[in-house]
Amino acid sequence: MLEIALKGSKKYWVWVIILLAAMAVGAGAYIDQFTHGLTITGMSRDVSWGFYIANFTYLVGVAAGGVMVAIPCYLHDYKKFHRITVLGEFLAIAALVMCLLFIVVDLGQPIRLFNVLLHPTPHSMLFWDMCVLNGYLFLNIIIGWNVLESERNQVPHPKWVTPLIYISIPFAIGIHTVTAYLYCGLPGREYWLSAILAPRFLASAFAAGPACLILLCYIVKKVSKFDPGWEAMQTLTKIICYALTTNVFFFLCEVFKAYYSNIPGDKSHFNYLFFGINGHNGMVPWMWTSIICMFIGIFLLIVPALRNNKTLLPFTCIIVIIGTWIDKSLGMISGGFVPSLLDHVTEYSPTGEELVVTLGVYATGLLVLTILYKLATTVKEEVRG
Amino acid sequence: MKKSRRNFLKAAGVTALSIGAAPAIKAVSAAESHTAPHAVEMKRKDALKAKRWGMVIDARKLNDEIADKVVKACRYAHNIPDFHHEPDKKKYPDLKPVKFNQEIKWIWEEEFEHAFPDKETDFLAEKFRGLSFLVTCNHCKHPPCVQACPTQATFKRPDGIVMMDYHRCIGCRFCMAACPFGSRSFNFRDPRPFIEKFNPDYPTRTRGVVEKCDFCAERLAKGELPACVEASEGVITVGDLENPDSEIRKLIDSNFTIKRKQELGTDPSVYYIM
Amino acid sequence: MSKNAILTGLVIFILAVLLPFWVNLGGTAAAPKPEISARAKAAGRCILDKYDMRADHMQLLGKWRNSVVRHSNRLYKTADGKVFTMSLSTGKNSCLGCHEGKEKFCDKCHNYANVAPYCWECHTTPKEINQ
Repeated sequence: MLEIALKGSKKYWVWVIILLAAMAVGAGAYIDQFTHGLTITGMSRDVSWGFYIANFTYLVGVAAGGVMVAIPCYLHDYKKFHRITVLGEFLAIAALVMCLLFIVVDLGQPIRLFNVLLHPTPHSMLFWDMCVLNGYLFLNIIIGWNVLESERNQVPHPKWVTPLIYISIPFAIGIHTVTAYLYCGLPGREYWLSAILAPRFLASAFAAGPACLILLCYIVKKVSKFDPGWEAMQTLTKIICYALTTNVFFFLCEVFKAYYSNIPGDKSHFNYLFFGINGHNGMVPWMWTSIICMFIGIFLLIVPALRNNKTLLPFTCIIVIIGTWIDKSLGMISGGFVPSLLDHVTEYSPTGEELVVTLGVYATGLLVLTILYKLATTVKEEVRG
Repeated sequence: MKKSRRNFLKAAGVTALSIGAAPAIKAVSAAESHTAPHAVEMKRKDALKAKRWGMVIDARKLNDEIADKVVKACRYAHNIPDFHHEPDKKKYPDLKPVKFNQEIKWIWEEEFEHAFPDKETDFLAEKFRGLSFLVTCNHCKHPPCVQACPTQATFKRPDGIVMMDYHRCIGCRFCMAACPFGSRSFNFRDPRPFIEKFNPDYPTRTRGVVEKCDFCAERLAKGELPACVEASEGVITVGDLENPDSEIRKLIDSNFTIKRKQELGTDPSVYYIM
Repeated sequence: MSKNAILTGLVIFILAVLLPFWVNLGGTAAAPKPEISARAKAAGRCILDKYDMRADHMQLLGKWRNSVVRHSNRLYKTADGKVFTMSLSTGKNSCLGCHEGKEKFCDKCHNYANVAPYCWECHTTPKEINQ
């Protein structure tokens, strides 16, 4: 099936070459980081995780968001999603590839990566995160590939795939729950130490994942003859609407808890993010942008006329993605680490080199996505044609 | 065709089995040879021992001069880099610019309201405000860093010391997020250019690993007290918390002591006499 | 058409795979003779026999580092009763304490075998550091 990816229009190849170039630039920056250490990043003793882990967290959400297509399709036999389910699975694969790459580029000693397997440590959440992320990745590769190949041969997918599909659903919830547990089990980090962190992560994921999927469906419709179907997208928008509202609701619950209880440690992180502390206000514009984006997103998705507007929908999705991305990546990292455990304020912002490495990782993910979507759409064109 | 394939698989299976069996046979034969005299790894006879190591810092006797001496002694004992040190340009020609917020420290001075952020009030006694405290790894009884580490590179010894195995650390920095006392530092870069004077009795670190106070495990093993204790002119005392007759238990019994962030339940082994 | 392409590809592949042989065609380098320091000579036997040390010193060091860091052992008593400090670089009774000057001893074979163990990034004699 992979041979399909080798035949494409001129535009396809230009896009692939752009991605390869971006990957090469990213790799160059990474080599510099590899030889000189993480000193080239904006991270510090007080803010010991940065842009890499921030994007990792967000992309785990995008990967988990794919389950919002899988559940209606496989559990409720919702016909309109049958055409796009494989797109959701392939999006998850690309997102997971990026997640794993972000973890690797964040390590101080990447050559010792396999120490995690050599000395398995069940009391570490990172160990479990590795298990579920890799598990979900392999499940999606196996399921996506077999379902698509069966579609190409116009036969039902093999029976042994069905149990894997059912297993993949709790796995999707699992990857984001365990990722939240990385943060919310740490004593002393008030911004993360919250029982609703995992639900909040899932809510934001179920908004961000489908929003990415709708955007991709628009692109697919534009560059190929395959039409993912307007009705499927209308259902997706409703899912995004509920999920986004829930995410904002959870966020407001956190705000209420911190400010009504008036506990200094709990308040300090919100103060830093939304108002700044002693002139340290690097995050303030970002956080307000995030809140405004999420509220505008909810408005645009609740009003039926706006929600069903085909021209407006991609912009709504972009707004949702921006809002949730700031909230969950930059906000989650900076909010957790600033002010520090000893009540010092050390701000964090990524360096240019850090951004270039990040770009390289995103380019790799997009290349994987492009190839997989090329396969999916071509097979679907063949079958329909 | 089918038959030959089956034979091939059989042969392959037997080969795989024998390859698998070889180490087992080797192990059995090795076990037999254990009756002959063999090498042993052991501790030194003069090593200092405790059931649970603990530390008492007497804040009444502490002043900036002593604190400075303690920090310097630790810095030298463990080859901790000082980024204010101007590196030798000839030996290290292309160094990245220094970032001071990526510093490394094992024991350092911290003002009272930062060492004990939960005890800060509007009317904090004048004698405490701005007062320098020494803070370091608390060698907690329930260390969150150990729980977080995915490779057991940081672990708790039976005698209560929370150790770092620099050989195993992958540099994920999960322990730094987990430690509620900010006691851990990450080697964002090669530390060697920034070490002014090397202590030949302790290794340096490589870039990309986390480090922290190791309670001078290497000195205890030789029967010496930790470097900070020696430099502290009686301000810092270490000993066995589980032994009611030990010096530090007597200090704790006869003075009012506090510990940092006790409400988190990590149970620090470092006590402060107020 | 494709036959030629395949053949060219194959030739390039074989040339690339055998690169180590081409590079070393110009004759072989003589095996190095590591210098045994006076201290080591006086001591006679190392921790294991000469050939065992040559083959297994890295395994021994790997065992030592776990024993020292994780089990707080510091001494190693060999089968014939000699006691060593389990350390690569610290103290007179360590590896480098006896084999003074790593460039005359360790590096000779390491360079010859083209291995670059990263032990030295942290463990080395102070002499090397101050050079």
